[in-house]
Amino acid sequence: MMDMKRVIQKAITDYCRSEKWAVFAVIALLVLAWCGTVCASGDPGHGELLVGGGEVHGTAPHGIPGGGEQDELAHGEHHGDVGHEGGLWTYQKLNTRQELPFYLLLIPFLPLASFIFTILFGKRLGEKHAHWVPIAAVLTSFVCALIALKEVMNGNRINCDLYTLISSGSLNVSVGFLLDELTAVMLIVVTSISSLVHIYSVGYMHGDGGYYRFFSFLSLFTFSMLMLVTGNNFIQLFFGWEAVGLSSYLLIGFWFNKTSAADAGKKAFIVNRFGDFGFALGVILIFLLFGTLHYEPVFSQATKMVGQSYTLLGMTFDMPTLVALLLFCGAVGKSAQIPLHVWLPDAMEGPTPVSALIHAATMVTAGVFLVARCNPIFGLSQFALDVVTVVGAVTCLFAATIALVQTDIKRVVAYSTVSQLAYMFIGCGVGAYGAGIFHLFTHAYFKALLFLGCGSVIHAMSDEQDVKYMGGLKKYLPVTYWTMLLASLSISGVPGLAGFFSKDEILAMSYASTSGAGKFAWAIGTLVACMTAFYSFRLFFLTFHGKFRGTEEQRKHLHESPRNMTIPLCLLAFGAVASGWVGIPAALGGGAHWSHFLQPVVGHPAVHLSHATEWKLMCLSVGVGLFGIAAAYVMYVLKPGVPVRIAATFSLAYRWLYNKYYVDELYFATIVQPTINIGRKVLVKVTDGIMIEGIVNGIPKSIGVISGQLRRMQTGRVHHYLAYMASGAFIILFWMLKR
Amino acid sequence: MIPVNWYLTLAAVLFCIGVYGFLTRRNVVIMLLSVELMLNAVNLNLVAISHYMQDLSGQILTFFVIAVAAAEAAIGLAIIVTVFRNRRTVLGDQITELRG
Repeated sequence: MMDMKRVIQKAITDYCRSEKWAVFAVIALLVLAWCGTVCASGDPGHGELLVGGGEVHGTAPHGIPGGGEQDELAHGEHHGDVGHEGGLWTYQKLNTRQELPFYLLLIPFLPLASFIFTILFGKRLGEKHAHWVPIAAVLTSFVCALIALKEVMNGNRINCDLYTLISSGSLNVSVGFLLDELTAVMLIVVTSISSLVHIYSVGYMHGDGGYYRFFSFLSLFTFSMLMLVTGNNFIQLFFGWEAVGLSSYLLIGFWFNKTSAADAGKKAFIVNRFGDFGFALGVILIFLLFGTLHYEPVFSQATKMVGQSYTLLGMTFDMPTLVALLLFCGAVGKSAQIPLHVWLPDAMEGPTPVSALIHAATMVTAGVFLVARCNPIFGLSQFALDVVTVVGAVTCLFAATIALVQTDIKRVVAYSTVSQLAYMFIGCGVGAYGAGIFHLFTHAYFKALLFLGCGSVIHAMSDEQDVKYMGGLKKYLPVTYWTMLLASLSISGVPGLAGFFSKDEILAMSYASTSGAGKFAWAIGTLVACMTAFYSFRLFFLTFHGKFRGTEEQRKHLHESPRNMTIPLCLLAFGAVASGWVGIPAALGGGAHWSHFLQPVVGHPAVHLSHATEWKLMCLSVGVGLFGIAAAYVMYVLKPGVPVRIAATFSLAYRWLYNKYYVDELYFATIVQPTINIGRKVLVKVTDGIMIEGIVNGIPKSIGVISGQLRRMQTGRVHHYLAYMASGAFIILFWMLKR
Repeated sequence: MIPVNWYLTLAAVLFCIGVYGFLTRRNVVIMLLSVELMLNAVNLNLVAISHYMQDLSGQILTFFVIAVAAAEAAIGLAIIVTVFRNRRTVLGDQITELRG
């Protein structure tokens, strides 16, 4: 406790010492953001968006194009009969305001301002001060996000366009913001984790040549992610979607002079293209069907799609299924589900704070957010939901099995992330979007904590990432040890901690699901709960217990991380423990506040589980979780020889898992290599070498040849010219006579 | 009264002699003389037809041609003198500065 107190005191004095910078930064950013708002509101023809409307609910003019249905939307009403497994949920009446409050604009635009400021002036500020503007900006965003949450809890929603970007025919692309329960949750997750990661990075990136670049990219990412979650239309979602992809690419390849990092960045970008292709098609299809890209009109008219079908190449697709699956393509790419999961483990080449922020807590959950946001579309197609469930279940098991045997500390956590994301998709797939988002929320905290803990370990181990060379770090890294323990307990689903509540909610919902896919997912999910506990504690024991296995050099260097790294760890540990308390189920005497809070947006599946059944399910999942922990304890602490023997006995299975089912090799052989071959043999040689080069070089070359011949005529001798003239005259003469 | 055909024939013969001389002689001075011959063939044509048609405009045009030919001869000779001073030659096939 004393230690904690001193830590906080030191932090405050440190902060005060650099206070003038923080104050300067906040003022500068406020001024910038204010200018931006004034400019935006001064946009002619859209002024009505920012003035009026707020006090007269629903009667004010509003900027969303689309038609007559809009008037009902402005009242905050949705047609209740959005069919979802029997139409059991409806949007509740809520005040939807057409006014854009200042704090909502600050949330995304402060990080943008800080990105611009830091990338321009960061180098001049140097390592001592470059981080102040981003940290101040993202902390202010966090405060604004809290205000937004308060607003939503008071029962107010905001849906308003800021300005129109493109207006072409019926296509109306605008920058607009939607604040509802789902957005508020995402805002809290993104801004809180981002703030902590910013602070943590001050310590972690200390001494790196690209220090200011790192912070500016972090701010860029935060801006992109906030635009993604706050948008009120599909184009803004798509913009955010691509922008987070870009910042992810920039940050994975942050150490771009390392080939593996540069390759991993490219891989992440290219693999995501496959998913985004489907996503873009889905958005285009939505525009064709509804004539608008704003959420509200699309979702309220979603039932229009039922019964429609789309015929392509002789195959007929059910329209809701098609749209939902195309959107899900994007989600699969971004959230690293089978078959597009391959980029996420490689993304661990980036700095560890990036892994925590982007590749665990926020960006990769964008897919889950997309599915939850588009629940009125997904709800129309049982088939699409089953696909989501099955993809989730398969990925869940697939990634967890790989995580069992990996030895790179970050890769284990990366596969664990893939597996946990799959849990969220299971939740969404069985219609329990609230449970999926709940797991997103709790997972963000314990997974960010796991990653930052890994970062702390890697930092102490002088950039060693292989657990084979760790061990016995408990006494060197006490803070990291205890916070990692809490995170591991939380992810294993130990009762009372965050992971327990969210995971059990998903498992209960999938058990209660009427579809076969749901039951299948429940069985897999319970099995994976055991594996999750096992691999988390395998990593934990290998890192912190036993004897130190590294070099003497590394042992001398071992040290606890500086305070600006351990304080975020402690705060995240609080989140990993307590973030689940907002959704304690009724069976445990809680109020299930979470699902009630999110119900207006994502609904609630029609399930009736008796409390006794819920208790049984809970006991089962807790039991398998504890079994996993116990197994890890026996295998890695009590009898360290056992794992080697097991690996030797099942050497084939071990090799398959160790090589990640050879998926990378399969993709390399079936996709990458043929693409390279086509590129080299057809595109480079034929298209480029013969066709394009032929045209580009052929024209000047033929001009050269022809003029080379022609210039011989110009001999400089007057006689020759005269002969040409005379012959020309004769030719003309003959021609005229012949006519 | 000499028929107009005779004048035209004489003009055609003079013109052909001019063309032949212009194309075959190497000396630029002779070439210039040949040009004059051709011009005068044309003048003869103009005057003859003007007389035949009883229209004075052809004869007026002839005066213009003679004036222009005089100017042309003056400039041409001046150029030839300048070329001779520089190149010490007045042979057309040796002056090939403009060869491409």
